Amino acid sequence: MRYYVKKIISLIMVLFLIMLLTFIAFQVIPGDGALSKLGVDAEEEAVEALREALGYNKSMPERFFCFMSGAIRGDFGTSYQYSRPVSDLLAARLPVTVGLAVISILMIVVLSVPLGLLCSHREGGVADSIITFVTQTLMAVPAFFLGILITLLFGLVLKWFVPGSYVAPGENFGQFLHYMIFPAFAIAVPKIAMTVKFLKTSVLRELKLDYVRTARSKGNSERRVLWHHVLKNALIPVITFMGMVIADVLAGSIVIEQVFNLPGVGRLLISAISNRDYPVVEAIVVYIASVVLIVNFIVDLLYQKVDPRVKLQD
Amino acid sequence: MAQQKRSIKKNRSLIVGIVLVSIVLLFVVVGLFWTPYNPTQMSAALKNKPPSLTHPFGTDYMGRDILSRVMEGAGTTFLISIVTVLIGLVCGTVIGALTGYYGGIVDELLMRLNDTLTSFPSILLALVFVSVIGTGKYNIVIALGIIFIPSFARVVRSEFIVQKELDYVRNAKLLGAGDFRIMFVHILPNTKPILLSSITIGLNNAILAEAGMSYLSLGVQPPDPSLGRMLSEAQAYLLRAPWFAMAPGMMIVLTVLGFSLISENIKGSAA
Repeated sequence: MRYYVKKIISLIMVLFLIMLLTFIAFQVIPGDGALSKLGVDAEEEAVEALREALGYNKSMPERFFCFMSGAIRGDFGTSYQYSRPVSDLLAARLPVTVGLAVISILMIVVLSVPLGLLCSHREGGVADSIITFVTQTLMAVPAFFLGILITLLFGLVLKWFVPGSYVAPGENFGQFLHYMIFPAFAIAVPKIAMTVKFLKTSVLRELKLDYVRTARSKGNSERRVLWHHVLKNALIPVITFMGMVIADVLAGSIVIEQVFNLPGVGRLLISAISNRDYPVVEAIVVYIASVVLIVNFIVDLLYQKVDPRVKLQD
Repeated sequence: MAQQKRSIKKNRSLIVGIVLVSIVLLFVVVGLFWTPYNPTQMSAALKNKPPSLTHPFGTDYMGRDILSRVMEGAGTTFLISIVTVLIGLVCGTVIGALTGYYGGIVDELLMRLNDTLTSFPSILLALVFVSVIGTGKYNIVIALGIIFIPSFARVVRSEFIVQKELDYVRNAKLLGAGDFRIMFVHILPNTKPILLSSITIGLNNAILAEAGMSYLSLGVQPPDPSLGRMLSEAQAYLLRAPWFAMAPGMMIVLTVLGFSLISENIKGSAA
């Protein structure tokens, strides 16, 4: 029990730290929201009035308190660019990014386990050599180039989808899914390569242990040993690794949304940065950081649940 | 026997990696002094021409020679990556050495901060930096350089913690060597194998990050060519001129593949 309390307290502290760092980072910028909203040519009085209205004249700790209490309630202020609440903007974009992440994580899980086992089944065999070579190469392809290649191959040559023809999920869910498969694939492929490699190392390490020899000597087929005995144990380190992968998937979607023209959180972030729309940038940074932290928190708990050998004290 | 087979295989991968990186380096170094055409020379008559003998990688939507642009763009990308890794390496080594050697409360605090920072996707951190300090070539170098400090600091720190307990360090202490002499003359050379592989991994991450940022048009600004920028321009002409995207894209893939083959196999052959 104490372990959980400790973990939750440290999670809250890190979340606080993130909000503080984000807040400070955007205080360093010369100029402020009032100025960037009205332009440099605006009248001094108008700027001053807006500053007062937006609360820029309060003291730093006071403003941080406002920012933090707003963030907890999900209120990040108003976007300079769209003059709408940041939370509305985020809510509209969130389904796209979450959908993209879910589809690619599903692809990663479904494809990398069989491939990883295939590799470790006969180390050094033909399948292993081919998969190792392919994964090594795929890990070197940057996500946006992969996205371009996928657009070229599936969109323009094979004509399986029309590039840029994104459909909102509310409009036609089937078409939405159909289009999302390709960007999700672009995000998933390098991660599948990494996971296969990681799983292979993990399985090979397990195969050297005594319980595998026992299982074999009891007359289990090699396939049964792999799927029923080894896989369970080999997947334990993969869980931690998946935590990292999920963070990477979220980061990857920032770029991939740009490649496939998806109206997601990542695209919003990039346009907010280009237009110096700081409330939106702050909100998205805090949002992505929190998701990453919470995922890692859950992964830690899961890890401890599936592997009782992990000590609770640390 | 099996061991031997594996080490031969490792050696072969290492050689492939070195060959790939050398080819790219050759492009970059030659590109510094000479390119087949002027990389910014436009020509209306030569728009979107496929690869031919006169233009081996074809021409782009403004009639510029893609080979020349890739040579120069790879140079920009390389230079940015090298400076970035240098910043991360130097600052990270100093911080890692000091915290690893002395330990204490500063070490504890810095490592907490380090943990928080490394748990973030690096592209997100880079985007935050860029939105604070602005876009452009030099800002990208600063942003990425700072982001790379924690990973080097962590590697150096853990190595220092192990090394400082070893006999040769005690010996040096008994002979009256000062702390700084022990840190940088005695211990630092022994971290070379680990640093070497961190540097190659770091270069890879820097190349990918720079290309990604420039692709999002937050990095290198036109008219400077950069591989990432070329790719984002090429995307609009994907149907008419697919070669436009291939050349810069393959350049990135070959470089990253080369460095990762080197970093993965360098440890085995050094031991």
